[in-house]
Amino acid sequence: MEGTTGIAKDLGTASVLAEPLDRGDAVLGPSAENWRRRLGRFAANPLALAGLAFIVVLVTAAIVAPLITPANYDDTRYVTNTYAFPSGAHPFGIDEVGRDFFSRNVYAIRVSLAIGLGAALISTLIGIPLGALAGFYGGRADWIVSRVLEVFQIVPPFMIAILLSTLSGGGIVELVLIISFTSWMGMCRLVRADLLALREEEFVLAARAVGVGQLRIIVRHLLPNAMGPILVAFSLTVPAAITAEAGLSFLGVGVNPPTPSWGGMIADGLSYASYYWHLEFFPVLLLTMTVLSISFIGDGVRDALDPTAL
Amino acid sequence: MTCVPEQKGMGEVARYLVFRIGSLIVSIVLATLVIFLIMHAIPGGPFDAEKSPLSPDQQVAIARFYGLDKPLPVQYLKFLWGAVRFQFGYSYQDPGETIADLLGRTWPISAAAGGAGVVLGVGVGLLLGIAAALRRNTWIDYLANFISVLTITLPPYIVSIGLILIFAVLLRWLPASGWNGPSTWILPVVAYSTIPLGPVVRYTRTSMLDMARKPYVTVARAKGLAPRQVVMRHVLRNAWRPIITITLPLLPGIMTGSIFVEAIFGVPGLGSFFVTSISKRDYPLELALIYIIAILYGVIFVISDVLYVLLDPRVRLADRDSAA
Repeated sequence: MEGTTGIAKDLGTASVLAEPLDRGDAVLGPSAENWRRRLGRFAANPLALAGLAFIVVLVTAAIVAPLITPANYDDTRYVTNTYAFPSGAHPFGIDEVGRDFFSRNVYAIRVSLAIGLGAALISTLIGIPLGALAGFYGGRADWIVSRVLEVFQIVPPFMIAILLSTLSGGGIVELVLIISFTSWMGMCRLVRADLLALREEEFVLAARAVGVGQLRIIVRHLLPNAMGPILVAFSLTVPAAITAEAGLSFLGVGVNPPTPSWGGMIADGLSYASYYWHLEFFPVLLLTMTVLSISFIGDGVRDALDPTAL
Repeated sequence: MTCVPEQKGMGEVARYLVFRIGSLIVSIVLATLVIFLIMHAIPGGPFDAEKSPLSPDQQVAIARFYGLDKPLPVQYLKFLWGAVRFQFGYSYQDPGETIADLLGRTWPISAAAGGAGVVLGVGVGLLLGIAAALRRNTWIDYLANFISVLTITLPPYIVSIGLILIFAVLLRWLPASGWNGPSTWILPVVAYSTIPLGPVVRYTRTSMLDMARKPYVTVARAKGLAPRQVVMRHVLRNAWRPIITITLPLLPGIMTGSIFVEAIFGVPGLGSFFVTSISKRDYPLELALIYIIAILYGVIFVISDVLYVLLDPRVRLADRDSAA
């Protein structure tokens, strides 16, 4: 647990990332039987299933957003009715400039999930090669990668994210890149530690003996064996990236208005929270449920891959 | 470095310390250099026409006054020379006050709020973790698990706003923000306490349950020691672990003020400068903050690694380079 850094740490998210995973039967290779058993274990986890169900609803709502919302997210047509409390016609009420608050929250799902998934994907693509480089080759490569990791350990990654986000002016693509750049360290550390252990295994020696090249050993023999932990780490990077985006938007350096972001809405709603509670409550509720759901899915995946883990 | 644990002499500790501190200095220079370059690489500057209405002559004069007309390498070296003596010059935002004075005015507030939060969080976390382990699968175990899942998964700003919504808006027991008097201190301190709380609960519970299976605990029970005494004498002796491995690394971040917690509760600490020093292109303040944070984190990591090794005979120094 002490190894956790990255954006997750600043935001207090998912220190589970650094918990060591016992590889267990994964070394034996992914047979169909194994995967069916794992699927069964996942399906037996009520929290993970509930999380999955919520995320499916969320994704569906994001896709069909124009069909289920009364107005576009930046449409101020309800300007005569600002701050209106939730009602049948406007389940989340009306915001301070006359926009349907339900519409804004539904469109915010798109922003949140796109940035969360995009940043988690790219940070994985940064973390795996660097971790493999350090773990497999060791020595000087390891020292250099360790120094880069240490820089991100002593300068809070979230501060770097604020710096880059402020200076870049904030757009969706910029945010995905900035969050990726500041959240790849957990994955890198994990892959490094895994490969450090795996490279001593006998099947690596055997592959070397028959003349398999180093790159091929890493890609075909070592990384597949680390796939379980990588998958779990990925599922925990997604909520961390989502909270990072919301955090940056909360500080006013994230998604630019009028594009809806839960973080931005939470910052705006805070000043009205004592009376117009709905402007604060709904974005907080949705962000909380989204982050918890994805974490539960991640926990479910971890337990399904390795039933002996705590 | 291959050595058997028994030979962990002072010589090895000293050699390890020199290696770690040397690496740390490299990392600190690297960190400030990268931040310095990023801040200067982006077009614009602290005294642009859009930020302050100055004539071109005045802009040249003020740039010369702050040394901004010098080549970048000279500027960076000047910063480094000041930084080793902990002199950072004047903040651009408020030229009437040195950065050292600004830190002296605001840092104690952040440190007090964060420090109280850490003490509360670790204390409650230890108690809750022990209670959960002793009363496994009862309501207190479930409560402990629920609290630790929430506080680990959700970022501090969501927890802070949750506290406001519950205790200030719904129940109206406490003020939502401000920093004047005990009633305004409660919510921000509780918010800070949730940062170490979850990990400490989880770690304490797990290590208590592990410990309960250890042969020496069975022996202690067999000798007729009451369960309470077993916990006090044998199990709690290992409570230093979560405090070192979980709480120490959190200290620099909490003690320098969470940007979110301070903004949400209106705590007049150091936190807000992390954002304003960037948005206002306040180079000296930004670099000073990064430098101090980097030193705090670096020193804390070295201390916690060394403590961990000294306190646990099974861990070897070489296993714990920074990336471990």
